[in-house]
Amino acid sequence: MRRIFAKRSRRASALEPPELKNPEREMQYFRRRMSITGVLVIVAFGGLFGRFVYLQLIEHRHYQTLAESNRIAIVPIVPNRGVITDRNGVVVAQSYSAYTLEIAPSRVKNLDAMIDELSTIIDVQPRDRKRFKRLLDESKFFESLPLRTRLTDEEVARFAVNRYRFPGVEIKARLFRQYPFGALASHLIGYIGRINERDVKRIDEWDETANYKGSDYIGKSGVELSYERELHGTTGVEQVEVDAGGRAVRTLSRTPPISGNNVRLALDIRLQQVAERAFGERRGALVALDPATGEVFAFVSKPGFDPNLFVDGIDPANWEQLNESPDKPLLNRPLRGSYPPGSTIKPFLALAALNSGKRTPTQAIFDPGYYQIAGSAHRFRDDKPGGHGSVDMARSIIVSCDTYYYTLAGETDIDDTFAFMSQLGFGRETGIDIEGELPGVLPSRAWKRERFSGKNYREEHRKWYLGDSISAGIGQGYNAFTPAQQAQAIAMIANDGVSLRPHAVKSIENVASGESREIAPEAMRSLVVKPEHLAVIKNALVGVPKEGTSAQAFIGAKYVSAGKTGTAQLFSLKQDVKYVAGHVEERLRDHAWYIAYAPADRPRIALAVLVENGGFGAQAAAPVARAVFDYFLLGLQSGTPAAPGAGPPESDDESD
Amino acid sequence: MAAFIALLARVWEFLARRVDGYLMVAALAIVGVGMVTLFSASDQNAARVTSQAAALGLALVLMWIVANVPSQQLLRAALPLYALGVLLLCAVAVGGTVVNGSRRWLTLGVGRFQPSELMKIALPLMLAWYFQNHESRIGVRDFLVASVLIAVPVWLIKREPDLGTALMIGASGFYVLYLAGLSWKIIVGLAASASAAAPLIWTHLHDYQKERILTFVDPARDPLGAGYHSTQASIALGSGGIVGKGWLNGTQTHLDFLPERHTDFIFAVFGEEFGLIGNAVLLILYLLLIARAFVITMNASTMFARLLSGAITLMFFTYAFVNMAMVSGLLPIVGVPLPLISFGGTALVSLFIGLGILMNVQANRKLVKT
Repeated sequence: MRRIFAKRSRRASALEPPELKNPEREMQYFRRRMSITGVLVIVAFGGLFGRFVYLQLIEHRHYQTLAESNRIAIVPIVPNRGVITDRNGVVVAQSYSAYTLEIAPSRVKNLDAMIDELSTIIDVQPRDRKRFKRLLDESKFFESLPLRTRLTDEEVARFAVNRYRFPGVEIKARLFRQYPFGALASHLIGYIGRINERDVKRIDEWDETANYKGSDYIGKSGVELSYERELHGTTGVEQVEVDAGGRAVRTLSRTPPISGNNVRLALDIRLQQVAERAFGERRGALVALDPATGEVFAFVSKPGFDPNLFVDGIDPANWEQLNESPDKPLLNRPLRGSYPPGSTIKPFLALAALNSGKRTPTQAIFDPGYYQIAGSAHRFRDDKPGGHGSVDMARSIIVSCDTYYYTLAGETDIDDTFAFMSQLGFGRETGIDIEGELPGVLPSRAWKRERFSGKNYREEHRKWYLGDSISAGIGQGYNAFTPAQQAQAIAMIANDGVSLRPHAVKSIENVASGESREIAPEAMRSLVVKPEHLAVIKNALVGVPKEGTSAQAFIGAKYVSAGKTGTAQLFSLKQDVKYVAGHVEERLRDHAWYIAYAPADRPRIALAVLVENGGFGAQAAAPVARAVFDYFLLGLQSGTPAAPGAGPPESDDESD
Repeated sequence: MAAFIALLARVWEFLARRVDGYLMVAALAIVGVGMVTLFSASDQNAARVTSQAAALGLALVLMWIVANVPSQQLLRAALPLYALGVLLLCAVAVGGTVVNGSRRWLTLGVGRFQPSELMKIALPLMLAWYFQNHESRIGVRDFLVASVLIAVPVWLIKREPDLGTALMIGASGFYVLYLAGLSWKIIVGLAASASAAAPLIWTHLHDYQKERILTFVDPARDPLGAGYHSTQASIALGSGGIVGKGWLNGTQTHLDFLPERHTDFIFAVFGEEFGLIGNAVLLILYLLLIARAFVITMNASTMFARLLSGAITLMFFTYAFVNMAMVSGLLPIVGVPLPLISFGGTALVSLFIGLGILMNVQANRKLVKT
C-alpha cells in the first residue's frame, strides 16, 4: 500500500517542472501562511465564545425576560357586567354572550377587498361597513374591531371553514348588553358603548386602567354611567403561552374574573310604563319620588330612544335621526331641560311670604283682573279678565290668582325670594345619582349682573328692575327650573320641609355573596319654616285638585292628593292680544306643568309633570299625574292614554 | 467463526484504510449533534431526521470514493468539474427553478440541485490544479487568470441572487490565492480597494440585502421586520443561559419564534436548548476537526494537495464561523448554513466530499516526515 502511494507520488512529481527552486523554502512559506490563518481561527472562535458568554452568561437574564415575554401573554378575562333590575326585580339591562366577527386592521393590508371577500360567506350590510369605518376612525388604539355582531351559528360554521383565507379576522365570543324595555326609562337606565379616549382618561383617574384591560364597553349615560364601577366587576387574568403567531398554546395560570354587582333601581318599571303611556305621543318629562327617601319611582323623558342602538356603536343613519330630530330624543329632560315654572312657583312664594311675614294666611287682596305698577301704564294681566275679586292666600293658590302674586312680588326684594327659594333646591343641582344634571336658573340681582356681564351688554341690561320681579313673581321672567328640581321641591313640602337626595338606585347586590347594600336616604336640606305656615300651603294644595285648577283631572279620585298646575309661557303676547292656542304654532305653545303629591295626609309619592307645548297645565299635565297616582296608590291602569295635544283652555289668558 | 471475524477484519481494513479516524470521529460527532438538534428543531419530526440520515449515507459513500481515488484522478477532474459547474450555473441563469424569489436550483429528473454547491468543491480544485501546473513560475499573470476563474462563478451565483454563497465561494478562491503566495501588497491593495468600492457595492445590492446590513448595524430599527430574525436568534441564545433549557424544551424554537430553524438558524436552537456549555462543546468539536485538517494540510505532499486541502480547511472554518457569528448577532444575516448541522442534503454531500479530499491528501502525505 505504501509502495503504491510512493510510486504514484513519484509519478506525480515527474510531472512537476524540473526548475523547482527550493521546495523546502516554499514549504516553509506555505506553513507560515497556514499558521497565520491558524491564529485567525483561534481568534475568531475565541470571539465567538466571548459572544456566547456575553449572551448566555452576562445578559442571560435580559434575554430570558425577553423570551418569557415572547412566550407568555397576559390575557384579561372580562367580567360579566352586573344586571340592572327595577325595584321588583324585573330585568331592565342584562348581558348576553354572542359571536362577533372582528378584524384587526393592523394585520390586514387591503381592508375593503377583505370585507368584500368576507361578504361572500357572511352577510355584511352597507350599514355594517359604515359602522366599521366609523369605529376605525374613532378608536385607533383598538386591536380588533367588530364588523358584524350576533352571528348566527351557521355563519360561525361557515367562517370557521374559510378562516385560513382571512388572516387578521377572528370570531370572538363577546358579552353584549341588552335592554329588554327598549326606550322605556332609557334616560334613567342609560346605555353602554365602546370606550373612547374620554373614557380612557376617566378610567385613568379612577386608577382602574388595569381593571379595564380587555373591556371594550363602558357606561355612557344614566345609571349605566353613574354606577359603572359597581356594574363593571373585576377583570380576571389568564396567563397563556403563545406561539409566534399569537395563538394560545396552553394556559399557565388563571385568576377568574369577579362579576359586577347587580343594581336594583328604585324605579318601578310598570309605573314607568303607566307614566309613559299617559304622555302618549307628547314630549315632556316626569319625575316621581318617594318624599321620605328620595327614591325615584318613575323618570320619564319623552321622546326616549332605544339604548340597544348604542351598544354596538350606533350606525350613522340612526344617529343622525336621533341627534337631529327637533323632538330631541337624546335630551334628558328631567335633568337638563330648564323650563319656566309658571304658576307652580306660587305655593313656594306664598310660603316665603308667610315666612317673611309679608302676608298672613287670611290677608286678602282685591283682584280687578290686572296689576299695574304705580306710575306705569303697563298692565300685568290676570288669567281671568274680570278678576277673581277678593283673594286670600289659600284661594290665590287654588284659583292661581296672578294679581295676588304680582302684588306680592312688587313688595318683595328679589334677593330675599332668591334666598328662600334656593333652600327649596331651585337654581342648584338636586344631587341625583345620574350624571349631567343642570342647575336651571333662579334669578337674583347678582345672577342678572353676572348673566349680562358680557361686553355686548350695558349697565341698563344688568340692573334689576321691578318689572323683573313682577314677572318672576308668577314663575315667568328669568326663572327656569328642571322637572327634577320641581319634583324635589314639592317632595320637600310633602315631607314637611326636609328634602332628600333623589336616587335612582335602591340597592346594590353582590352576585357572589348575595349581599345587598341599600342606598341610604340622605337628607340634604331642611326648610326653616313654621309648621303652621307649611300647613297653610299644604291645605291650599289639597284644594287645587279638589275645587281648583286641576279639579277636572281628579274627578272621582279615591284618594286625597295635593297639587299645583302651571303653564309656562314661551310666547310673549303683545298688550291686549289674546293667547289662543290654535293660532300659535305647536312648538311655541305653552308648557304645561303639574306638581303634586299623594296621599295628602301621609305622602307616599311626589311628582312633577311637564308636558312640552302641552298648553294649559290643568288639561295636559294633571291627567298624567292622575294616571301615575291611580296606579301607584290603587294599582289602577287607565286604559287609554291621555289625549294627545291640547285643546284650547277654558280660560285663554297667559296664566292659569 | 474465526474466519468470519477475519473476513470482517479484512472488510474493515478495506473500508478504513484511507479514512482518517480523527476527521471521521469529529465530523460524525458534529453530525450527531446536528441530528439531535434537527429532531428538536422540526418539532420531533422523525422524517426530517431520516431524510438527513439518508443524505449522510450518500455523503459517506461519496467521501469514501473520493478518499480512495488515486490523487491523479482528482487532478484530472479539476478542469472538467469546473467547466461543468460554470455550465450548470449558466443553465440556472437561463432555465433555473425559482424558489423564494431566487433562481438557484436546477430541476433534474430526481429532484432539485444547486449547482453552486458543486462550485464549492470545483473552484478550489480548479485553482489548485492551475497553480500546480504553473508551480515553477507563478507570477502576476497567473493571479490575474485565477481571479477570472474566481470571478466567473461568483458573478453567476451573485446574480441568482445568492450573495451568501457567492461570498463563500469567492472566499474559497481567495484562500487558494492566499495560500499560493499572493503578495501581501496585493492583498492589502484588494482590501483597500474593496473598502473604497463599498459605496458602489452598496448601490448594487438588493433592497433586502441592504436591509439586512442596516438591521445588523441597528437591530432595533425594525424589530418585527428585518431585525426579527436576528433579534429572535439572540433571544434564543441568551435565554438558553449556561446549561440551556434542555433538549426539546426551547421555547423560542417550539413556539415558532425562530425563523429558518432547520437550516441557517439551527445553531440558535442548539444554543437555546444546550446553553453555553453546549456551545463550548460544539466549538471544540469544530476546532478539533479544523485542527486535524490543518495537520493534514501541513503535511500535504504536493502543491495541489496543499492548496486544495488548505482551502477546504479554511472553508470549514469560514462556514462555521460566519454562521455562528450571524446567529449570535456578530455579523449581518447572510444565507450560510452551519456545516454538518444545518438540514440540507446537498450541503452535507459536498462537505463530506471535502472531507474525502482531505483524507485523500492525508493518505498521500509526505513520508519524509518523522
